[in-house]
Amino acid sequence: MKSNTVKGMALLLASTALVAGCGKKDVEALPPVAEQTNYGETATETPPVTNAIRPGSQEDFLQTVGQYGDRILFDTDRFNVDTEDQSVLQVQAQWLARYPNTRITVEGHADERGTRDYNLALGERRANSAKNYLISVGVDASRIQTVSYGKERPQALGSDEQSWAQNRRAVTVTIQ
Amino acid sequence: MTKSIFVATVWLISVSITGPASAQALASPQESAPREVVEGTLSSEQSTIAVPALVAPSPADTPAGNSTALGRQIAEVISSDLRASGLFETQGPNGLRAIGLPEVTAPQFDYWKARPVEQLVQGFVRVGGDGNLTVGCYLYDVGFGNETTRLGFNVPPREWRRAAHKCADAIYSKLTGELPFFDSRIAYIAETGPKGKRVKRLAIMDSDGANHRFITNGQSTALTPRFSPNYKSILYLSYVDGNPRIYVYDIDAGRQRLITQSRNPTFAPRWSPDGQTILYSMAVSGNTDIYKISASGTGTPVKLTTAPGIDVGGSFSPDGRQIVFESDRSGSQQIYVMNADGTNQRRISFGQGRYATPEWSPRADLIAYTRIAGDFRVGTMRPDGSGERLLTDSWQDEAPTWAPNGRVIQFFRTAKVSGKTSIWQVDLTGSNERKLPTPVDGSDPAWGPVLP
Repeated sequence: MKSNTVKGMALLLASTALVAGCGKKDVEALPPVAEQTNYGETATETPPVTNAIRPGSQEDFLQTVGQYGDRILFDTDRFNVDTEDQSVLQVQAQWLARYPNTRITVEGHADERGTRDYNLALGERRANSAKNYLISVGVDASRIQTVSYGKERPQALGSDEQSWAQNRRAVTVTIQ
Repeated sequence: MTKSIFVATVWLISVSITGPASAQALASPQESAPREVVEGTLSSEQSTIAVPALVAPSPADTPAGNSTALGRQIAEVISSDLRASGLFETQGPNGLRAIGLPEVTAPQFDYWKARPVEQLVQGFVRVGGDGNLTVGCYLYDVGFGNETTRLGFNVPPREWRRAAHKCADAIYSKLTGELPFFDSRIAYIAETGPKGKRVKRLAIMDSDGANHRFITNGQSTALTPRFSPNYKSILYLSYVDGNPRIYVYDIDAGRQRLITQSRNPTFAPRWSPDGQTILYSMAVSGNTDIYKISASGTGTPVKLTTAPGIDVGGSFSPDGRQIVFESDRSGSQQIYVMNADGTNQRRISFGQGRYATPEWSPRADLIAYTRIAGDFRVGTMRPDGSGERLLTDSWQDEAPTWAPNGRVIQFFRTAKVSGKTSIWQVDLTGSNERKLPTPVDGSDPAWGPVLP
């Protein structure tokens, strides 16, 4: 019962966002989250304003794909890449085409509302979904590795649907 | 590392029936206080057990302290074990008068009757010529005025707690009719740090939280440990090379090895009951299946499941013939049973919600699981899926593990928002829920068998 309600709320939020033309990826469109981690890839999303960004670097990647362009988000228990995810991954693939020697890791994650082992499997499934789409648009499979963190590395720290929606993700990180 | 503990060659004084047979004396000891744990809560009719300090007839120093002090400490552990089971009230050793050696085998029943207590545990600690301790442990039924059990244990002084656990186990078994479980160990994950950056270390401890030891230093995330049946090694997941992989950690050698050479992530490890086989899950191109491999590190993995989706976990039945596991092949996590060779896979959970992390009881009669329907709760069902029963009710209770006697379940509880974790235990009635003492937060408990 409760999960249905939550799912319903999530759908409502998602559809509101869609109506606003932002899509579910634009988490800025959602109410602000109380707590947010400040480590890992997000720490580099607002690099100091310098002209020192090295082409092909992680900073360059993040600047090219834009805010949250390094990740796709998933519904509860799902791992499918929808059209919105595809456009995110296409931008990533374009960048990767410019730097053919750069390799990436796709990190798969789950929200805290799953059991540990299942979430490890689910994270791996999500990372592979992103990987497979990147391959389908021309990225060489040998350049992509995956890793699942299950529910071990949440991005948003709340225990609410908004936080969980941000945590169900596959994040592309360049290997430098 | 583990030293043998010799049970019961120390039948010191043979007690045969003395004096006239009264009606009370005819009653068999088993009738004195039968306890069936499963039937309802016993909280209203707990019997009280007095545990005075064990006597040290000729006090001597040992590497673990003076034997007089050990006599008191052993009584404290016996008392604490029995009380923590939730089935008994205990008195002592604090607040009880000292016992003389002759009294150990000739209790002053009238005195204890007047306190009042129903059961009495007395004993002694003697330091032998070889430096080892001999611990004598006697249980008396105060009402009937007779001895119901006695046991002797030889232990190195540093393992005095084991003698106490063995004594408590003997008393528990005598009074409840259940198998023992106190003299056992637990592997778990010790957690510190903020929710977004938890440090997770492999740790082990006795069943009562004593003799705690961290095994990994926390530099890489450790998850889901499982003690081998002989306690010599631990299966667990580590991100030490950056990827989730299962390792076998050799406790004595302090070394570990991968259970299988593969570029794919491996997780959810389990031992077979005989320790010869390791069960694990592996994701290949996002599809997770269950495999088994010889624990020796040789041989080829055998793939047991083939369904598209997530087949994960797995726990052997005590006879090793069947495996209970989790699969989302129906569209959501549910519990399935198969033969140990992968044949005859069939779903057994059909209740409301999702069912995860099944664990077969060492007694074979039940399967414990995490039930997800909004909140996460720990429950049990029979191996055919009938008799579903939820034991806990919290925001997120997860990953049950069985006491070696199949009458108590441990699990971990995650707090909403803070993400803080703690290890809890509950008995099969859903009663006597309590938090285990751990130095820091704890998750992923795994209970090992009773020590030999």
